[in-house]
Amino acid sequence: MALPTYASPLQRIWYYAFRLICGLIFFYLMFPILVIIPLSFNAQDFFTFTPEMLALDPEGFSLKHYLDFFTNPDWQLATRNSLTIAPMATLISVSLGTLAAIGLSQSHVPFKRAIMAVLISPMIVPLIISAAGMYFFFSAIGLQGTYWGVVLSHAILGIPFVIITVTATLVGFDRSLSRAAASMGAGPVRTFFKVQLPLILPGVISGSLFAFITSFDEVVVVIFVGSAAQKTLPWQMFIGLREQISPTILAVATLMVGLSILLLATLEVLRRRNERMRGLSAA
Amino acid sequence: MTMSDTPTPELTGGALKRQLGRALRRQKLRALMLVAPLLIFICVGFLMPIVSMLVRSVENNIVVETLPQTITALESWDVDSTELPPEPVFRALVADLQVAIENRTALNLARRMNFEAAGWTTMMRRAQREMPDWDLETDGPFRERVLDLHRDWGALETWRSLKAYSSPYTTGYYLAAVDLTMVSGHVEAVPDNQALHLMLFWRTAWMSGLICFMTLILGYPVAFLLANIKERHANLLLILVLLPFWTSLLVRTSSWKVLLQDQGVVNQFLVWIGLVADDNRLTMINNKFGVIVAMTQILLPFMILPLYSVMKTIPPSYVRAAKSLGANDWTAFWRVYFPQSVPGIGAGAILVFIMAVGYYITPELVGGPSGMFISNRIAHQWYVSGNWGLVGALGTILLLAVLVLYWVYDKVVGIDNVKLG
Repeated sequence: MALPTYASPLQRIWYYAFRLICGLIFFYLMFPILVIIPLSFNAQDFFTFTPEMLALDPEGFSLKHYLDFFTNPDWQLATRNSLTIAPMATLISVSLGTLAAIGLSQSHVPFKRAIMAVLISPMIVPLIISAAGMYFFFSAIGLQGTYWGVVLSHAILGIPFVIITVTATLVGFDRSLSRAAASMGAGPVRTFFKVQLPLILPGVISGSLFAFITSFDEVVVVIFVGSAAQKTLPWQMFIGLREQISPTILAVATLMVGLSILLLATLEVLRRRNERMRGLSAA
Repeated sequence: MTMSDTPTPELTGGALKRQLGRALRRQKLRALMLVAPLLIFICVGFLMPIVSMLVRSVENNIVVETLPQTITALESWDVDSTELPPEPVFRALVADLQVAIENRTALNLARRMNFEAAGWTTMMRRAQREMPDWDLETDGPFRERVLDLHRDWGALETWRSLKAYSSPYTTGYYLAAVDLTMVSGHVEAVPDNQALHLMLFWRTAWMSGLICFMTLILGYPVAFLLANIKERHANLLLILVLLPFWTSLLVRTSSWKVLLQDQGVVNQFLVWIGLVADDNRLTMINNKFGVIVAMTQILLPFMILPLYSVMKTIPPSYVRAAKSLGANDWTAFWRVYFPQSVPGIGAGAILVFIMAVGYYITPELVGGPSGMFISNRIAHQWYVSGNWGLVGALGTILLLAVLVLYWVYDKVVGIDNVKLG
């Protein structure tokens, strides 16, 4: 969209104005995430920049909110819970979801659309409805307020993401590779692990990142299905935000932004690797 | 050669067909077996619970189960009559309540009937104190004794509402969900000061629509820019869209809460540049404004990404062709480029709208009473009133709306076409 040399002054103005508008929209997208990072180092218990901070005086900054996060038993319990619930939920949704995506990608699957609609539905149904429904169900089978109850409900919420990402990579999967493996005597299980899985791995990994972040970020369902012993990081943040908001939340939020940068970087590496591999096979 | 030695061509064809059919069946079965564990998991752990919650919205067992004899005795009593029910009804009531008090279900009945009219808890507590000592055989007649317990037993309304909720299924919760109530067997609107649900449904709808429109207005130029610059630059700028997308919803909501406070960064900045007086800071939180600003930012990536993926496929040669034929920039955009981007608008708009109508966290944290959505009302009914039937009814209406949108989304985009990241 480079500006041509023959552009009229009006076109020139519009060209730069358009870029300015886009810049402002990017600012709107990013500013709320970036602003909490310096605020989390505030030496005062305020949510604004103190005069010391604006003067870049070292006195105005401190790590005390981080210290609180790492020493406060509430936050530590919540972190531990999040870190034990999310991986297990991810494991369940990725293993079941990958199998199902492979099944759905085959030709001649009866009721394919209906099955797909059912498997995607946890992403569509408003969380409050899922949460209320699951509360009754998990109470009825005695899992309400237990670790496994929360894990299973989070696994359900993560499944649509796994299905979507894995199905997307399976579209580009060359079926003759499986047939070649089979013709050389490999059984279906071996074909899967040696041929199919390595090729669809980027999709599986990005699906599992989605499932992980879904569980790691989820608060409505865990409040209904879990009890105080399963209090997760988002739950603790939610309580903190609803009642007396404490600046420790900013420290936690900054750490979580760091985590999302890490996830995003991983995904980007995967995408590049995928593109490179496809580029090679095309050449 | 007889016919029996050589298979006829029809037979070979039949055998081949059968074999093919068997192979196909095996293939189908294998595919289904791969899908089955997950499908069963989702059906049992997700669909069934939701359906059972919806059943709760019409279930009404408590009255029938607690007062079986009374309900039978009430059958001959006319709801429109101006007389209290006759003595046998009161006798049946005492008999039923004695059982209920012994089984400790009397207060459940009170809780249930309290959703319809206040005062049942006191009525039940007094009954619990006195009734167990009454002898059904010798202490009659009961009419006066019951009326002495609490004057509400002498009110026609009490008996009318008992009769109205005497069947095992009720539409009462749905009526309540749309601000109607059943008085003496007739449907009426609830008083204006209690009517809340229709207003909340309407607010959820128009605010979601507005948020959807805002994301479109802000998302379209960004997607256009991303689709029309060098891919290297686009990938870099895309990070600015994907980072918010990957950042925790709570992190983004909390930063808006911090930004928009009276003592927050935005007000601080406005005071500093002198646009707003220090003692007259803008109220930007706990109202509709806060919800719209925060949710537009949170949902913006969900609009940009589908738009971008559609715009990437629009060949630039069409716009060039339009310009070479004499169209100015605006005509070339509006008549040639824009129509081709409509599928992206459809996909993004429905996605954002579906997500917005079900939002709970953000309205709860930055909305305050005036920015509350229907989800917040459902959660409130759950926590504060424990009125699960009403939760089910409100949930069903919301769910139906979302399912219709989901169906439209499937028609427009196709659920197997959803892309993430």
